[in-house]
Amino acid sequence: MIDRRAFLRVAAGAGTASLVASCGWDGGNTVRPLLLDVSRLNDWVGEKIFFSRSRLAREYGVSERSAQLPSYFISRTTPMLKDPTTWKLEVAGLVRRPQSLSLDELRAMQRTTYTVKHHCVEGWSAIATWHGVPVSAIAERCELLPEARYVRFDSFDSGYSNGWDLASAMHAQTILAYGMNDNTLAPAHGAPLRLYSPTKLGYKMTKYLVSMTFTAERPGGYWEDQGYPWFGGV
Amino acid sequence: MSFVLLAGMILSGLQIYAAYARFGERGGPFYVNPFEDRAFPAWSRLGGWLAGGLNWHFALMWPLIIGGLLYLSYLALSGEWRSLLFRPRDVRGAIEMQKYYLRLRKEHPPQGKHNPLQKLAYTFIILLGVLSVLTGFAIYKPTQFAWLTTLFGGFQAARYWHFWTVWIFTAFLFVHVVLVFIVDPASLRAMITGWYRGRFPSHD
Repeated sequence: MIDRRAFLRVAAGAGTASLVASCGWDGGNTVRPLLLDVSRLNDWVGEKIFFSRSRLAREYGVSERSAQLPSYFISRTTPMLKDPTTWKLEVAGLVRRPQSLSLDELRAMQRTTYTVKHHCVEGWSAIATWHGVPVSAIAERCELLPEARYVRFDSFDSGYSNGWDLASAMHAQTILAYGMNDNTLAPAHGAPLRLYSPTKLGYKMTKYLVSMTFTAERPGGYWEDQGYPWFGGV
Repeated sequence: MSFVLLAGMILSGLQIYAAYARFGERGGPFYVNPFEDRAFPAWSRLGGWLAGGLNWHFALMWPLIIGGLLYLSYLALSGEWRSLLFRPRDVRGAIEMQKYYLRLRKEHPPQGKHNPLQKLAYTFIILLGVLSVLTGFAIYKPTQFAWLTTLFGGFQAARYWHFWTVWIFTAFLFVHVVLVFIVDPASLRAMITGWYRGRFPSHD
């Protein structure tokens, strides 16, 4: 009999687990905060232990590009500028020299081109070529203050934004892209300017950029505030 | 305990799978998969949505990995691994054991703590556990652990193997528990309590 009781205990455990699953349970008010705390721990491990500023993502050949790269935005229709000619990127926050950069000025700066694999949090991946200016080159131009530890990227896509740690932002492959697959960046992919890096998941790469702000406090983000991992490194 | 953790890991994995229910780069080709483009039923998914599934998965992975490492170091330090690891010299014994099970041989072959077929099963399951963790890291950090991802054939292939290690593991566990129930129910209690008081005293 006791064996059956032991088995029942196991079965009860499994039953509880599937019952929990049956509700699509996100942890509720008691467990969810705990899960988010572990997620913050994972952010720390991801940034301090797994991420390396000198490790570069593998580059692919132009012939290996994917036929399509899905495009996402928050707004109901593709976000578009009313007057693209007056668009400027505002660089502000903990810097000595705030900048206001036009697309021509950005194109005149150091240019980086690479063909890399895009990893989406959903599990899909696709290869594309990106052209842009390294975020580190912009940081150099605006002279960071020593208190700057994070960067907030804001867009004109219905308030979409992302917060980044400084180390990831200063990585050699982190760029503000104005071109994709040898062409000007298309509106579906974040024209006129988007953040790109093969060391991050897709949702960390802000499209439709309007500003870049260096901060001392950790900025949130559109998906991050809803529970997605903040660091989002791959 | 580990059973509940594992169940949570599998159920949140099914939630994560629903976000992109196939294995291959965008536009294909895709690896052979009977579950292609099918989400598992809502009652079998833990987390409610992708972020919820991910947070469960990335939280439960810690106790499982730490428990696994503790278990492996216990096996290594106690010398217990000698009675569990299947080695080439066990092949002959495994064949004899198989003959016995198929009733081609009358008497139970002599054995130590575990018979060669049991050793084969335990070695296989431990290897499978290690593989599920390694394929997991290959898809968790495909840029930082690029060498690992490449080892498994790339990001999508690693996702594929991560998925299959779970099914093989689950099937193994199922057969294992059923066998125990049929052959020697007392050892089920031994698995949980660590003490055996059944009808095969040599197992103690």
